[in-house]
Amino acid sequence: MTAHSKVNKSTANSAAGDRPGPTIEFVQVSVELGGNLILEGVDFEVVPGEVVGLVGPNGVGKTTLLRLASSMLAAKSGEVVLGGRPVGSMTRRELAQQVAMVPQDFHVSFPFRVGELVMMGRAPHQPLVGLESDRDVALALAALERLGIAHLADRGVDTLSGGERQLVLFARALVQGPDLLLLDEPTAFLDLKHRVDVLQEIRAFARSGRAALVVSHDLSLAARSCDRIVLLQPGAEAGRVAAVGQPSEILTAENLRRAFGIETLTFSGPDGALVVVPSLSEFDRR
Amino acid sequence: MIRLSLSRMIFVLGTLSFGLVLICLIALATGPSNIGFGAVVDVANSFLRGSADTAAGDASFDIVLRVRLPRLILGLLVGAALATAGVIFQALLRNPLADPYVLGVSGGAALAGIVVLALGGLLGISTSFVPIAAFGGGLLATALLYWVSGGPGRSGPTGLLLTGVVFNAFASAGIVFLASIAGFFDGSRIFLWLIGHLSAVEIDAAGLVAVSVAIGFGVACLLSRSLNLIALGDETAAQLGIPVDAHRRWLLLSTSLMVGAAVAVSGLIGFVGLIVPHALRLVIGSDHRLLIPAAALSGAGFLVLSDTLARTILDGRELPVGAVTALIGGPLFIFLLRRAQSKGPLS
Repeated sequence: MTAHSKVNKSTANSAAGDRPGPTIEFVQVSVELGGNLILEGVDFEVVPGEVVGLVGPNGVGKTTLLRLASSMLAAKSGEVVLGGRPVGSMTRRELAQQVAMVPQDFHVSFPFRVGELVMMGRAPHQPLVGLESDRDVALALAALERLGIAHLADRGVDTLSGGERQLVLFARALVQGPDLLLLDEPTAFLDLKHRVDVLQEIRAFARSGRAALVVSHDLSLAARSCDRIVLLQPGAEAGRVAAVGQPSEILTAENLRRAFGIETLTFSGPDGALVVVPSLSEFDRR
Repeated sequence: MIRLSLSRMIFVLGTLSFGLVLICLIALATGPSNIGFGAVVDVANSFLRGSADTAAGDASFDIVLRVRLPRLILGLLVGAALATAGVIFQALLRNPLADPYVLGVSGGAALAGIVVLALGGLLGISTSFVPIAAFGGGLLATALLYWVSGGPGRSGPTGLLLTGVVFNAFASAGIVFLASIAGFFDGSRIFLWLIGHLSAVEIDAAGLVAVSVAIGFGVACLLSRSLNLIALGDETAAQLGIPVDAHRRWLLLSTSLMVGAAVAVSGLIGFVGLIVPHALRLVIGSDHRLLIPAAALSGAGFLVLSDTLARTILDGRELPVGAVTALIGGPLFIFLLRRAQSKGPLS
């Protein structure tokens, strides 16, 4: 592939160029779905250069928050502001040029090839009619190579495993060249090596002046890869932000007991990073 | 990495166009009358030499020009319309089993067309409004389909298909009922509407069908990149910058226009929109920028070939082309349904 030779290793991560990205602010946001208040008064921001982890028990509104940021939902009150503009006031194309979403998984009814699916990430930058440019192809190939799945480029996406599909979705988001990555449990189906690969990519993405908001249930990996953690409140106060801060401040045994209702052990590993595991007493108790 | 390049598009569409020309020649040279390629070449020569007028009156010339050619033109237009409509419905509904006939959209168009045919005289509406009524009927059936199924991805393949079965049963009953009470119950004519056929008699409407197909095809080509993304899901398409609702509205309008026009001149020809896209995806992949024009060319060729078979398979008698497409499409449909069910609900 001639186009491939024109791209260097860092191209996939710099599809948006090297300009610093905008800040995204959630300003006193409340969301109601089907008559239920899912999020209430959520207020925090993600600034360029940082990876923010969104944690909390199931059903607390984490995915809803990501859908709100990508303007798939409208807030009942408050607003989400990206670079000074409410996301609801932006066209789909404008927003897609700045924000890329990585869902947990996807199903396809048609046998698109992996390469085709990843190149679709260039859609916000392409005209309505036309073919992909050499640059588009080079970006797609580079993203696939960075994630170690270039050999899958011509495979049908319907033949992939859950973990491979997740890597493909991540590659598509990188190719989209956004300023902000929204990731919904991006490592849920991945083996340990690929978890580290993806989290490293997310960190490199943020270090290049852009930002990432990551939903995760793996608290130890979140502690290692996120600059700040947003803990969403469960129970009667569900949908509110319980605490925002550095992982070591937020992922305490007390906060986690309140959030998840179980005892946890939190300690520093040999490398100094925070480790969070359920207490053995939780297994005995059940 | 395989990519859609201009040279690949030219190769695929060029090959299909060449095949279509061959099919057209076979269709013109085949029929109950013993008029072969020689007569077709003579007719073409007459036109090229400008001596068509002097050749008029010659039996071979008349059969090729006034019987086979009009039917060929209708076959090309109807086949292109139905196959393109099938591709669009499949992408919009994210269901590879979708087809204007199976979904009942053709049935809605046919019912509306029959309303004008049967009651037009009483209400003072000209039969030239049949295609417009069929367009409205197709559009209404599409809207009902969306409403009943709860939109794409919300009901599995069986839910959509059941809706189509009910639409078709209702439309068939309505067609027979209306034709009966209007007093022009001509059993064979109604039968032909319900099974789908091509007839040189309908050539007067070819201009209108051509315009409808051109509009529908044009919109589909313009929005073919959007179709790629919508086929992945509305939310994914929106997150990749596509104004999904607006594009879907345009695609549904243009598809209903094509289906309405096709049904108005040929009745309920089924499964073209199922067979052609399915076969093409196996060979050229799922990219709608190539799939849409390829489906139009292949659908045209497939229907003309089916009609040629229908005209000649029974010595001296003629089958409606809808019977041939149903004989091919029925088993394929059951195979695809089984496969879809074994994979679980499509979403």
